[in-house]
Amino acid sequence: MKAIYGLYSDPDSAQHAVESLRHAGVADDAITVMASQPYEEYEFSHRYKQTWLFWIAAGGGVLGLLAGLTVAYITETFWPLVTGGMPIVSWWPNIIIMFELTMLGAILATVVSLLVMTELPTIRSKIYDPGISEGKILVAVENPPDSEIPALERTFKASGIAEVKSV
Amino acid sequence: MNEQKINDDLLRPLRRTSVWFFIMVAFLGTIILVGFGSWIYQMWNGLAVAGIRYPIFWAFYITNFVFWIGISHAGTLISAILRLVNATWRRPVTRCAEVITVFALMIGALFPIIHLGRPWLFFWLMPYPSERQIWPNLRSPLAWDFFAISTYLTGSTLFLFLPIIPDFALMRDQMTGWRRRIYGALALGWQGTTKQWHRLEAAMQIMAIAIVPVAISVHTIVSFDFSMSPVPMWHSTVFGPYFVAGAIFSGIAGLILAMAVLRKVLHLEEYLHPLHFQNLGKLLLLMSLLWGYFTFVERLTTWYGNSPAEMAVFWETQTGSYAPLFWTMVFCNFVIPFPLLAIRRLRTITGTVIASSTIVVGMWIERFLIVVPSLARKNLPYTWASYRPQPVEIMITIATFAAMTLLYTLFAKAVPIISIWELKVGGHRQPVLTPEQEEEHRELWRTRP
Repeated sequence: MKAIYGLYSDPDSAQHAVESLRHAGVADDAITVMASQPYEEYEFSHRYKQTWLFWIAAGGGVLGLLAGLTVAYITETFWPLVTGGMPIVSWWPNIIIMFELTMLGAILATVVSLLVMTELPTIRSKIYDPGISEGKILVAVENPPDSEIPALERTFKASGIAEVKSV
Repeated sequence: MNEQKINDDLLRPLRRTSVWFFIMVAFLGTIILVGFGSWIYQMWNGLAVAGIRYPIFWAFYITNFVFWIGISHAGTLISAILRLVNATWRRPVTRCAEVITVFALMIGALFPIIHLGRPWLFFWLMPYPSERQIWPNLRSPLAWDFFAISTYLTGSTLFLFLPIIPDFALMRDQMTGWRRRIYGALALGWQGTTKQWHRLEAAMQIMAIAIVPVAISVHTIVSFDFSMSPVPMWHSTVFGPYFVAGAIFSGIAGLILAMAVLRKVLHLEEYLHPLHFQNLGKLLLLMSLLWGYFTFVERLTTWYGNSPAEMAVFWETQTGSYAPLFWTMVFCNFVIPFPLLAIRRLRTITGTVIASSTIVVGMWIERFLIVVPSLARKNLPYTWASYRPQPVEIMITIATFAAMTLLYTLFAKAVPIISIWELKVGGHRQPVLTPEQEEEHRELWRTRP
């Protein structure tokens, strides 16, 4: 993968860089921003706001509910022993099993979806820079055409950094 | 606060190790080994070496089980609620709290296994088909415990782990040698892209929403272990909320104690402010009042009903052999903490720590008084008995407190006990928003984790 990037020491400069890149005709999808913390206040962090995660969690909950229902029903009917005068399939206590497995399903679905959506675990991409952990914000353009690299370097520098790196 | 200073301050305990750390680990490890030896001694000789015998089959171990599950409510539940209401002061507190949950649950879940006498058969609680097609009875509260605690432990562990991933990435970049490799593996390749941050925040919101009812259900289900039985002073509809209130009460007290120790030992005075103790002190005051209310409601209902079986237990705890414990509990949970927490001048770090210390003791006694007197004075007077804990039970109990302290110490040595990235986010300047933007921020996805 080929990329050109700059490290910015403050989010205002990073935001300026993103806007300048857009003005220079770089598509949103080609711009990558990395930071050691989320910057909710800035527009550059608003991409990817839409997510199916909530619905996936709800789906996981439904699967958990069905699993709880199945486990409770099967175990009770496979060994139909009357306990405490309760019916063989007792819905009141079964609700507890169903509830717990519903929540477990939702939690597991959320975590698995998070890992899949964020592609974790993964090998760090080449454009990652340890400077990010020191508070720098990385703005990168991935796979730029060779002819545009000088122009992009000028755009990066105009946004307030001394050095532009490429990998 | 300077970001580099935050990194340095919170990573300092990971980089430097004083000789006191090794002394403490050795001391706590010795206690744990003695406790483990006691457990092996009990397995070898049978449960007869413990003080539990007819009709008091539940005693210290079940008291500890309920107590530790209660302490576990300090973390994930409080952290989740504070996340959901976006309380900004929560940032230095959440991880300290979440860690308590995970370790307290592990220790709490150990007690039913210790209590089994034959711990290698604990898997009988799991819903699996044996060769004779005998399934566990899912209508039993003991099977509900398995599902509730497993769900809560899984959820709490993930709730703790997910927001640590960015901090693992930070440590990966800041550490060297073998630590760098370990933290690198734990960071899972985290890079901090915009997408990763968004998905993490969304996931934490969902987890927070899911974990609150699970936490409440866990202690309600633990209360069902008692209230589903027709045993005097157990068979009560108030037990669910009474247990949950008591759990949150003891949990907050445990959290305040942990925070005070961390503040002193790790020199976190700039991060854990008096404000955090005051705010948690207010919560503790609320829970103290709620606990007093539930205790009064429970006692009044029993006294007014005047059922002979219930009154036998009632008087045994009010004026009988358990009365010293009962009134100590009332003093520890209400009389001492109330003025310390209600009077603003006394609600200092020292005041909240004193109140929390008495509450932890009081809540352990409360769990004991729930479990033992009802069995000691159950229905038929000719079965009445008394209970004296034996050394093996006392040693195992002490060892679990040592285990909690040791696990917490080791965690604080390996992972920043305050979430670094969340602390930094708390330092961002807040933008001036238009009404439309404010409305948008109120939406679920706009709320920060």
